[in-house]
Amino acid sequence: MNFKGRDIISIKDFSKKEINYILEYAEKMTPYAKGEKHKEFLKGKILSSLFFEPSTRTRLSFESSMNRLGGKVIGFSDPSGTSQKKGESLADTIRMADSYSDAIVMRHPQEGAARLAAEFANSPVLNGGDGAGSHPTQCLLDLFTIKTEKKRIGKKKIILLGDLKYGRTVHSLAYALSLYGAELTFVSPPTLKMPKEVIDECNELGVEPVQTSILEKAIKDADVLYATRIQKERFPDAEEYNRVVGSYKINNELLKNANENLIIMHPLPRVTEIDPEVDSTTHALYFKQAFNGIPVRMALLNLVMGGSL
Amino acid sequence: MKKELKIPLIESGTVIDHIEPGNAVKVLHILGIPKKSTSVVSVAMNVKSRMGRKDIVKIENRELDPNEVDKIALIAPKATINIIRNYSVAEKHRVELTDEVVGIVCCSNPTCISNSKEPVKSRFKVICKDPLKIRCYYCEREPDDVSERII
Repeated sequence: MNFKGRDIISIKDFSKKEINYILEYAEKMTPYAKGEKHKEFLKGKILSSLFFEPSTRTRLSFESSMNRLGGKVIGFSDPSGTSQKKGESLADTIRMADSYSDAIVMRHPQEGAARLAAEFANSPVLNGGDGAGSHPTQCLLDLFTIKTEKKRIGKKKIILLGDLKYGRTVHSLAYALSLYGAELTFVSPPTLKMPKEVIDECNELGVEPVQTSILEKAIKDADVLYATRIQKERFPDAEEYNRVVGSYKINNELLKNANENLIIMHPLPRVTEIDPEVDSTTHALYFKQAFNGIPVRMALLNLVMGGSL
Repeated sequence: MKKELKIPLIESGTVIDHIEPGNAVKVLHILGIPKKSTSVVSVAMNVKSRMGRKDIVKIENRELDPNEVDKIALIAPKATINIIRNYSVAEKHRVELTDEVVGIVCCSNPTCISNSKEPVKSRFKVICKDPLKIRCYYCEREPDDVSERII
């Protein structure tokens, strides 16, 4: 399977077979991601890291991945010092970065920005999140985490919890999990329910998600609880946010009813939705999940820039 | 009983026939009538035909260009366009909805990159022709009422 030169914009651009290939490739990258093995797969290559919006994990893990692969990183994490502030179009910024590097990773506040960038760049573009749109590398690392921990994704009982309306990770994830035939339950406050078009997509893939607002009941036989933060920045009005913030709290009391093999995932940052007391339980997988961003992003960078393994 | 035409024949111009009943007004809207036109326009709504009821629009002294025909395809996919010259049908063709709609509809998502100053045209993939369902190539959003979004 050849990924050289390919853009990574949306999980929907990939078949299940291609996703499986990426996940297997990421598994082979794991010893290099941990620093147990060393090889300069991308020596002499340069990655442009263009973050028009704040990011901690995505940016750092992409940059760490490129360094682990032996390549170099240029870019910015705050557009205030760039020509964007002078009114430069995204298309022109991308043309410039394209001529300076071998691949571009970007995060942008507007939906579709990465797709647009891919039109103007000759080198591959990796989407690190575009507004409330796609975040395919997060989706791939989530799939990688579930597959690594549970050995398979299909038939697993998976809860997606929290802000299912505005949360970008859960939309792509619901679609990808449906590709594998996972059994999905969507738990959210009534005003933050999963959009209809996402449910329609699940249905088209033969999955009929259960929708509820009661976590206590849903958690009993679940294999995976995927929690998300209720993101203040995505709410059009502060009142709506205030009404729903703190709707769910995962703590040891709640987990008394859970399957002992339940794993809790979260794309992070968390605020109040997971009590720190959960961190020391065997259920807590969110920090390992964050680490998994490294082998997955190393795999993607190596694949699209044509490194060998 | 003698058959009578609801709208008289026109000497030259365009007849848009087989518009779904009720959609004639939307067709006028996307053609910029009456704001951008001084042509004489006749509209017949809910006219009986062999294939059920339909709307008809007749525009005098104006032949639609391909871009206008593409727009009509979005809201009246079964329509036929008749170009009239000297009281006769000089050209007749069905509107055809292509797989991609470029530069005709603006995205309903205000934060979609296609709604910013970037040097690109709006672009939608046609997911389903009947009922019409289109998806933004950039932000993947599907506008609910396409006729309201036609540029």
